[in-house]
This record gives sequence, C-alpha cells and structure tokens, in this order.
Amino acid sequence: MDTLILGLPVAYYIAMVAKVLVAFVFVLLTVAYATYAERKIIGHMQVRLGPMRTGWHGLLQPIADGVKLFFKEEIVPSQASKFAFLIAPLVALIPAFISFAVIPFGDSVTIGGYTVPLQIAAYYDEAGKQVFDINVGVLYILAMASLGVYGIVLAGWASNSKYSLLGGLRSAAQMISYELAAGLAIISVFMLSESLSLHKIVADQAGGAWYAFKQPFAFIIFFICSLAEINRTPFDLPEAETELVSGFCTEYSSMKYAMFFMAEYANMITVCAVTTTLFLGGWHGPAFLPGWFWFIAKVYFLIFVCMWVRATYPRYRYDQLMRLGWKVFLPLTLVNVMATGLWVMFISK
Amino acid sequence: MIMPLIKGLQITISHMFKKPVTLQYPTERPEIKPGFRGLHALNVSHDKAKCVACYLCPTVCPAKCITVEAGEDANHDKYAAKYEIDMLRCIFCGYCVEACPVDAIRMTEQFELANYSRADFTYTKDRLLEKK
Repeated sequence: MDTLILGLPVAYYIAMVAKVLVAFVFVLLTVAYATYAERKIIGHMQVRLGPMRTGWHGLLQPIADGVKLFFKEEIVPSQASKFAFLIAPLVALIPAFISFAVIPFGDSVTIGGYTVPLQIAAYYDEAGKQVFDINVGVLYILAMASLGVYGIVLAGWASNSKYSLLGGLRSAAQMISYELAAGLAIISVFMLSESLSLHKIVADQAGGAWYAFKQPFAFIIFFICSLAEINRTPFDLPEAETELVSGFCTEYSSMKYAMFFMAEYANMITVCAVTTTLFLGGWHGPAFLPGWFWFIAKVYFLIFVCMWVRATYPRYRYDQLMRLGWKVFLPLTLVNVMATGLWVMFISK
Repeated sequence: MIMPLIKGLQITISHMFKKPVTLQYPTERPEIKPGFRGLHALNVSHDKAKCVACYLCPTVCPAKCITVEAGEDANHDKYAAKYEIDMLRCIFCGYCVEACPVDAIRMTEQFELANYSRADFTYTKDRLLEKK
C-alpha cells in the first residue's frame, strides 16, 4: 500500500472522514424528516392529515421549522447559570450522535482497491480480510446513552426554574431505573454471541435466527427500556407538559430548544439502530438489495413503531413508571439472564 | 394486561387507513347545517328594518348585549333609531330571534367574526342591515 500515517494507509483516513460525514448527514436528515413523519403518522392515526401547507403534503415543513427556529429570540433567564445553560443542549446532543461510531451500517464497499467497512470505528487489515472494530462496542453505546442524561439534568439545574429542576431530576431517576433493565436485556445477547463487538453480533445473526427470535423477552424489554431511557412517550415524564409545563426545557428557546429536540430524535434513531443491530440481524436481509438498505429499512420500521406507540399509549404516572422499571422489568430480565445462562451452559453446548 | 396494549396498537394502526376527516379550512368551506346560529341580521321590509322597537329582544337577552333606542317616524310609527349588538358579549343563544314578534331579526350562517379592534365587534343597525 502507499504512504502510512501512524501505521495506517492514507486511504484509511479518507474513508474515515467520508464515513463520518455520511453518517452525520444521514442522522441529521433522518432527524429532520422524523419530526415531519411523526406529525404525519400521528395525524393519520388520529384520522387527520398533519402538515399540508408547506410544499407538497407539507414536505418542506422541517425546513420551515428550521428557519423559524433560527430566527426566534434567544432567551437566557437572568438568574440562570449562563455557562451551564448554554452548554447543556450540546451535552445532550453530542452523545446522541457519537453512538453511531460503532454501529455497522452495512457490510463493506470497495473504493479504489481499498475495502471500507460501513462502520465508522472499524477498518479492514491490508489484505482486506479481517475487520478491526471496537471490541466493546455495546459497552460504548451504553456509556454514551447514559451520558445524554447529563445534558438534561444540567439544563434542569441551570435554568433556575422549579419545573426545569424537577424535570431534570425525574430524568435522572428514570434513566437509572431503565438502564439497569436495558443492560441486563443486552447481557443475554452477549451470552449468546460471546462478544461485545457489534460487528461480531451482527455476523452471528447472519446464518441462523435473529436474536429477536432467540431472545424475544430481551428484545421487547430492551426496546421498551430504551424508549424510557430516551424519554420518549409514553415515558416522557421529564417534559410532561401537564405537570411540569415543559420540564427541563421550559426555559429554552430558539436553536437551543431545537438542539434538545434534535437530541431526542437522534437518540430515537440511535436506539432503533442499536435494537436493529443487536436483535434484528443488523444489515442482513434477503440478498437482492445492499446491506445498508436493509439496515435503514429496519431502523425506519422501528422508528415507525416508536411513533405508533406514541400515538397509542397515554403517559405513565411517575410511580407507575418506577414500578414498571424496578418491579417488573428488572426481575424479568434477571430471570431471562439466568435462563439464558442455563441454556448456554447445559443445552447449546 | 398485555392484550389491551396490543388491542390499542391495533386500533391506532387501523385508523391510519381511514380517510382523514380534516377540513382544509380556508380553501375548503364547511357545510353549514340548518339552524346554525351565526351573525345576526335585521330583516328588511319596504326598504327599512322590520323592527318596531318593542324592546323584547334586549329584555330576553341573557347576555345583555342588545341596545335598542326607539324613534318615531313621519307616520307616528315606532322604529329602532338605534339597534346595536355587542358581539363580544353575545352568546349566540338565539333568544332574540325567538322573542321577536315581527320576525325582524334572524341569525345568518356567517361564522367568521374575527376582528382587530374591540370597536369592530359592535354591530350597528347599518352593519346588521347590510347582511342580506
């Protein structure tokens, strides 16, 4: 190969930058159009139309929303902790995006004789045989998912408003109660695939059944817990407008509010991508279309399910939410982990 | 507990394939049903308002939004020299129409009553007569 920088060919760095850009644009576009899709889908589920005015069937609505948010007045409460107030939306937004570094979007593409795996933090060796990726990808995602809540708690605290503070604290409590169950649900996947590398987990599901069929309980519980962890309806208690005005983002306006909004949708995409990777066979699908197509189709289907759930269920009360997390999901996932362990030890070997 | 949750999902997804009931308002107009109580109008007979200023409508009006002042014309007949409805107070109950002994007031199908100033919500006799 050609020139090496820090032991890796130049093509590796070019591919890396290209992958980051593509993934970033993909997430941004999906976020913009997920807001539109959500309004449309929920509209039709409630026998109405949703946005119709801007562009054909309201297709330009996300752009109009963006322009509007850019020109709205920025308000910082006079008694707020300014620095924390300004940085909180970023703290919420960045973890939502960087989780994508380890998610395999597809198999690989060959550009100029260099094989590039469609996973940001991964590369092939020079022979184009073995993939090197982060071998603790799932742990990385769990870590990033739990970072997002810092932004919300920070926003709640920095706003110097009782509603915001309550919203932020609720978010923290909710996060803990659901992250445990989500983590335990994933453990059963590790036990089956014997790896934390997302690439390996996807590869394991290639031939046989997806883990959603081998671990249906873990699949359902993980998906529900993820919804709770990213504060989506019916678990959107940190911003419950009936009790807390708008929760942690009460005092936010303009682009700073939009960043929280983006973080919420980016988180939803992340969660759907992780669920696809762990349980729905990642980018594998019938052979006649490229892998990335199947990956995106599955992710979009799960996003649709999120919206479907939102259109259907009313918001949980806070004590119900806590009870569900600690008294239902946690014991269920523990039992599931034990059952999986016994199965792996005595039956599958 | 699980079945009702699934049933709920089933209901919402089935709604997705129903025809939306939304009316695209400024371009599509709603169909006004008979008996709709919109803006008032004074009926006209022989080129003048039918009203004989009997004061039954302001008397019966629960919102006290009608002001009538009587006048006397050349034939010594009573007529409404001033007839005003304060639309900010009107509750569109239609009692004025029912109380009127000479069928001088009716309610039209006009429902777009938004205005920019409070003064514009006072409908004088002239404005009420304009509505045919």
